[in-house]
Amino acid sequence: MNLISLFITSVLTENIVLTKFLGLCPFFGNSKKEETALAMGLCVTLVTTLSSVITYFIYHLILVPTKTEYLSTLMFILVIASLVQLLVLIIKNKYKKLYKSLGIYLSLITTNCAVLGVVLLNINNNYNLLETIVYSLGSSIGFMLVIYVFSTIRERLEQSDIPKCFQGIPIALITASIMALIFERFKGI
Amino acid sequence: MKKIINGIIYENPILVSTLGLCGALAVTNKVENGIVMSICVLIVLLLSNTIISIIKKLVPENVKIPVFIIIIATLVTIIEILLKKYAPSLYQILGIYIPLIVVNCIILGRAISVASKEKITTSILDGLGVGLGYSLALILLSTIREVLGNNTITLMDNLSAITGYKAIYKVFPNNEIIPLNIFNKQAGAFLTLGILIALAKYIGGKHESN
Repeated sequence: MNLISLFITSVLTENIVLTKFLGLCPFFGNSKKEETALAMGLCVTLVTTLSSVITYFIYHLILVPTKTEYLSTLMFILVIASLVQLLVLIIKNKYKKLYKSLGIYLSLITTNCAVLGVVLLNINNNYNLLETIVYSLGSSIGFMLVIYVFSTIRERLEQSDIPKCFQGIPIALITASIMALIFERFKGI
Repeated sequence: MKKIINGIIYENPILVSTLGLCGALAVTNKVENGIVMSICVLIVLLLSNTIISIIKKLVPENVKIPVFIIIIATLVTIIEILLKKYAPSLYQILGIYIPLIVVNCIILGRAISVASKEKITTSILDGLGVGLGYSLALILLSTIREVLGNNTITLMDNLSAITGYKAIYKVFPNNEIIPLNIFNKQAGAFLTLGILIALAKYIGGKHESN
């Protein structure tokens, strides 16, 4: 029961994009088309969940026993960077078709703050292994949901008549602001 | 001097190139948080530009990015430890956004596009300029948000652990319009930044046509 509520909280009420401002670069950069938004969302889901599990073990089995918790930032970014490199290599060699459509997004993920952010939140909130998996899965699905909805709105925006200085990022930010207001209402449920 | 002004105005990281928005949006509900965040970013940017520009000839081309990330992460860890020691309450508030400076696109972007190519003095000046530009944007954003959302300007509240005194000012004493709660929330952050960037674009466009 607890896990289900954690999942729903992380997808809707505490959506990482709209309430914690994580992963804004891909949110504004890669959300112009529906397909790229979905591809990016899938990559983030994969990398976030995998790196959360790996960093959970590293933190609790290596950093805590040796009392070097202060190294966690350094350690986590290394884990994420090497995991991304590994995934790129595997997908490049085994699934050539997938690489063509996902390749660029995968290598951009290292500097995506959503991944490091979720990993750090897992540790800060003292989640156990199961909660870690559920929370990172939920957050990244939340990311995918928002980025997908946003891309569909953006396709509409392209065709509408916007004042010149508001075109591009400014109108995207204002749309995000309205979406944040809507997502805040989910707290009432 | 030209480099610094270039970083502050024409290549302002937040208002013109719109990089590194995560931290900028998340911490700017109070002026104090905005200032501390921008000081942290300024220090990291300055040091990382300096170090990378010194060691640029030693780093092979194909491991460039991992090496840069490790340097930046080390600097951020140092800041984290210092902040935890001297201002623990502030460290609690800024939370994960301090470690997230590591993945701030501004710093890595400057490292790749400037520090790994230019001379040391140019890189330092560039770091200073971009860092000040970031601070300017953050202070602007946090002032607007705090005045409209709380009707106050907080310069030192949690910082008083270091400086010894508090500085919180009330702005408009008698009025019924503000505080507007929305500016304390996430939606207000997106809205304020959206309008600020549009304003910057408008001014920039006028400047170009002249």
